[in-house]
Order: sequence, then structure tokens, then C-alpha cells
Amino acid sequence: MARNVSTRRKLAVTAVAWTIGILIFFPILWTFLTSFKTEAQAIASPPAFLFFDWTTENYFEVQSRSNYFKHFLNSVVVSFGSTLLGLIVAIPAAWAMAFAPTKRTKDVLMWMLSTKMMPPVGVLVPMYLMFRNSGLLDTRTGLVIVLTLINLPIIIWMLYTYFKEIPGEILEAARMDGASLSKEIIYVLTPMAIPGIASTLLLNIILAWNEAFWTLNLSAAKAAPLTAFIASYSSPEGLFYAKLSAASTMAIAPILILGWFSQKQLVRGLTFGAVK
Amino acid sequence: MNLRTFLLGTCSAVALAGPAQAETLTIATVNNGDMIRMQKLTDDFTSKNPDIQLEWVTLEENVLRQRVTTDIATKGGQYDIMTIGTYEVPIWAKQGWLLPLDNLGADYDVDDLLPAIRSGLTIDGKLYAAPFYGESSMVMYRKDLFEKAGLTMPDAPTWDFIAEAARKITDKDSEIYGICLRGKAGWGENMAFLTATANAFGARWFDEKWQPQFDQPEWKNALDFYVKLMNDAGPPGASSNGFNENLSLFQTGKCGMWIDATVAASFVTNPKESTVADKVGFALAPDTGLGKRGNWLWAWNLAIPAGSQKTEAAEKFIAWATGKDYLKLVAEKEGWANVPPGTRTSLYENPEYQKAAPFAKMTLDSINAADPKNPAVKPVPYVGVQFVAIPEFQGLGTAVGQVFSAALAGQMSVDQALASAQQLSTREMTKAGYIK
Repeated sequence: MARNVSTRRKLAVTAVAWTIGILIFFPILWTFLTSFKTEAQAIASPPAFLFFDWTTENYFEVQSRSNYFKHFLNSVVVSFGSTLLGLIVAIPAAWAMAFAPTKRTKDVLMWMLSTKMMPPVGVLVPMYLMFRNSGLLDTRTGLVIVLTLINLPIIIWMLYTYFKEIPGEILEAARMDGASLSKEIIYVLTPMAIPGIASTLLLNIILAWNEAFWTLNLSAAKAAPLTAFIASYSSPEGLFYAKLSAASTMAIAPILILGWFSQKQLVRGLTFGAVK
Repeated sequence: MNLRTFLLGTCSAVALAGPAQAETLTIATVNNGDMIRMQKLTDDFTSKNPDIQLEWVTLEENVLRQRVTTDIATKGGQYDIMTIGTYEVPIWAKQGWLLPLDNLGADYDVDDLLPAIRSGLTIDGKLYAAPFYGESSMVMYRKDLFEKAGLTMPDAPTWDFIAEAARKITDKDSEIYGICLRGKAGWGENMAFLTATANAFGARWFDEKWQPQFDQPEWKNALDFYVKLMNDAGPPGASSNGFNENLSLFQTGKCGMWIDATVAASFVTNPKESTVADKVGFALAPDTGLGKRGNWLWAWNLAIPAGSQKTEAAEKFIAWATGKDYLKLVAEKEGWANVPPGTRTSLYENPEYQKAAPFAKMTLDSINAADPKNPAVKPVPYVGVQFVAIPEFQGLGTAVGQVFSAALAGQMSVDQALASAQQLSTREMTKAGYIK
């Protein structure tokens, strides 16, 4: 039921929404603009907004200095791999907690979330030693495993809240019709939860794409994803802002485009429930 | 598709664990101009050594430090050659983490390395890292502003002269500040500058028994002098300025003087980046007549982690990258002004280099004026000019840097800052077992 909203109020709300949107987007826009400046213009004060000599030399410099495609491929493998692996584990787990809860289910969920509360650097050395001993340092497999573990609590929590909204009666009806457990999950639950699963998938790909602590620390040359590519363009002594901006733009572009095309699913999954 | 790429990733990971054909050296390095230039020139090395391949890992200084420290402390073996600073070398060598560089070849000419740099990398008579480029700090000043104010910069100024000149040049209405100095908190930021400056004022971090010395009058003189000078003649918001912020202030003509790394000389005299390129003069870092100059000493060095399986290839590469022929190679390809400075005596004797780099003599004199084994006027138990080469210094130096930065910002008085620095360093040093 639509409420009667005055035009003035509509205008005000639109203005506020746009202001917030621009504020949030501004750093990305600024990075993008800076990537087309020369190093001297990049630090000029007052800064030039649009009227400067646009140049693409930073992109050529970045291209000639590092292998973008290698880092890009590593990022794709690591972020998609870890998200898919996470979903394979998380869907049954979330199903169990949503439809067959026990006395301890809430505690288990809280405990899983609590693993996210520790600063990751606290376990850096033990993790590093385990990775060294199992030969996983600087391998994509290693990064897939560690990012799966890191994002698993979020995946399970998100799926759990979506599954919770699916009425148990539908599943019961399927069971009455003789569906086995695997059939119930694959043919009944999953199709109904697709929007939820899709937004979980997208959000986790974005999280894994941007993860910088573990990907930087556990990789060296071969498995280094785009985070390492960006980190190689920062410097405490010297001018680097324009080149860094070019590298950042190249690193976020793929995920930005992915987000752009899938924003419908993303927004629907995040704001609406699974079944409405 | 996704599953396939994932499986491919797994397969390639398995393949990586297998034996390698040609030897591949993984080299961790910092992102600065000289290192990037070296990466572009490695064809010269690989054509001479076709059985060695190079893989570069370039990282920002602080990320690199965290990364290589984790790896070497856990013997992770990810890198065959590491780029480390003069701070790490004595600590790591003492831990047995580095391989002594005994086999750099007959024509390497170790004695050609600058004595001040070499002494910081030598422990018990053995060289543990080879310097790739070295730097000190010096005064960069605007000749035109000095002329206008009727001042002449001596080659070796005193702090009193610097302060007087800075106050005279300052013209806050037209946004010209007499002096720009580091204020941003951090052991490698403001504390590098302040520790080196304190040396010139006769102060030291610790006495021979590792007792912190911030309650002594020398530190009060030094910090008081710095805070007053910056309040009178420094740019606004100086407590958040580091190297890059001051560089941009100086390049846009807002600073009369800037005391910082010698490597800045090539930036401020580059007409492409700097609006004051033809107006810059250089002088030694100032002193107070006590016999020590306030200039630091830093070098980026190549070292081989102990336990490396590829020692021979790594030594070959280090000898190439830090040898005399490399300097010639850079000169041929990119000109003498781009040769990595501060490592070899022969470079400074080369007339072509002297001609191409107007700051060459001042850089050499600055490096020679620093003595990492005897940095302060009074005796100290540690090595290092602008740092104390103990593992605890990164944390401690940054904590002290934060209170000093707060004093500069006016959030606390100089006395309060020193009392707080004394308290927290006594606590840290007791906890670490230095103070019994």
C-alpha cells in the first residue's frame, strides 16, 4: 500500500540519497581520475578535478612493469574457488541448522561467528608454519583453503537466515511425497533459496577478491593475486599516487563490472527474504 | 568453467611442488626507483646466466618488512634473495638467519664499498648483506629565498643558524615556511629524523646499561628546539607530514629548507616534477658543535636467507646487482644521474658522475659523517644512527614517535611527552629483559 508522499519530501529524500551515494563513490572516482594524471599533477595542491592533461602513461607503465593477467587469473581462481568450496560446505550446514535445530544450534552459530572476532595477525605465525609444512605457501590451493575458512562463517550465517524464512512445511510436503534428503535439498530447497544463494555467492566473491591480509602474507610470486599487484605500487619515498591509482583501477574494474551486472540479484537477496 | 579453473589451480600447485628445471630465484624487493630500474635491466644478467631465471616480488616497504620477517623467522623459504634495510641486518645476522657473503667473486672489490655503509652490514668481520643503494640525510634549501633574505648557507651549518634562517624566511601570508621537517609518527618517520637530530644535541636513546635517557637535559633541549622551531617556521599540520608530504610542499615552493633523505635530491631537482628545480642548494645536516651531525644512514641491501637451497645462483645475482659493472650498465642505458648512489667509493671518484649529479659530493660527505657504531656523543650499547638495532625498536620507536608527534601538534607539552616516552620505554625495556 503506497503512502501519500509529498513532492517536497520526495525531493529531499532523493537529494539525501544522491549525496550519500556520491560521498561513498567519491574515493573510487578520485582514484579513477588520478590514474589519468601525471605524478606531479597527482600531488598538486589545489588538485585539478577534470581540467588537466589526461594521459594514459600510467597504464602503460603499470603494464610494462608487472604481469597484470597473471595476478588477475590468480584473483579469479582464488575468489571463485573459495566461494564455491564454501557453498558446498555451507549449504548442508545451513540446512541442518535451519530445519533440524537442536538445543545447541544457536551456540554453534555464535561460536562460528566468534572466530571472525579475532584479529587475523594473531594466528599468522601458526598458519604460516602449517602452510610451510604442508607445502601450501605461495600456492593458489592454499589461498583457496584459507579464504574458504575465513568466509565460511559469513556464508553459513547468510544462508541460515535465508533458509529460516522458507516454511518448513514445504519441505515436509516434499518428504511426504517421498523425496530423499539429497533430492529435498537439490530440487526443493535450493531453487527456492536461489536469490539468497546468489547474493551470498556474489558478496563472498567480492570479499574474497578484496581480502588483502592473508593473500599478501601467504603468497610470494606464483600465487599472488591482485592485492599483491596493488601493494607493489605504494612507496614511502617518492611519487607514486598516479601509478598506484592506475593499478587500483585495473584491480577493482573486474569486480566492479561484475557487481554492476549482478546488482539486481545482489540487492534483492540482501533486502528481501527468500520467499515472499 | 569455474570448477575447471579451480582444478587447474590445484594441478598447477601440485606441479609446483615437483622438481624445477632451470633454477628460479625469487627476489623480494621494495618499490623504489632504483629497484624498478634494476628489474628492467635484468636481461643483462639472464643473458650472462641463461640457467637462472628471476621472479620478482615487489612490495611497499612496510608490507615487505612484515612479509620477509614472517618468512625468515619461520624459515618459510619463499625467497632466495631478500631486500632488507640496515636496521634488519645486524639483528638477523645475530639470529643466524642470514648467510655470510663470502663468495661474491674475485672482481667484486669489497674494499670499494663505502666504509660507513659497510660497517653497518658487517658483524664479527663478516659481510652479511651487500648494499644496493645507500642514503643519508642533508639540508635542501632554496637559493633564491636565501638570497632574498640576505643569508648565505654554509656547507656545514649549525642548528642555530638553521633556526634563525628558517624564522627569517617564513612568510605565512604568502604560504612560505622556513623549514619543513617530518612530524608523522613512526619509527621510520619522525623518529628517524628526531633520533638523528638528538644525536647532534648530545642525546642518546639508552646509556650503557640500557636505561632510557629521555629524562636527561639533552633530549629536552632537542625536542624543545624542534617543537618551537616548527611552531614558528613550519607548515601548518606538520604533525602529519612524512617524506612524501614534505616532498610535495618543497616541490611546490612552500618550504625554504627541508632536511631529509639524500635520495630526495634527485626528485627536487627534476624539472618534470619540481617547480623549484633550478633553485635548490644542498648542505650537510646541521650540528650543535658537539661533534655529531644530525644525519642518518640507511641502505637497502640484498641478503640470502640461511638454509637457502640456491646459494650459488643467489650469490651470482647479488654480485651482479651490487657490483661495479652494474653501475656502468645503468650509466650506459639511463645516464649517470640514475646510477644507484651511496655504495661505492669509485662512483664518487668518477668525474662523469660528479658532473651529472650536482648533489654527489654532499651525499658522500653526509654518508661519511655518519657512524652507525658510535652514533651519539656519549657511548651507547647499540648500533644504528636513526634507529636502535634491537627487535623491540619498531614497536617502541613508533610508540615514542606518537607522543612526540602529539607534542608537535600541541596536544601535550614537551615535558609531558618526554616523561611519557621515558615511562613507556622503561616499561618495554624491562619487559624485554634489557633492564635487570
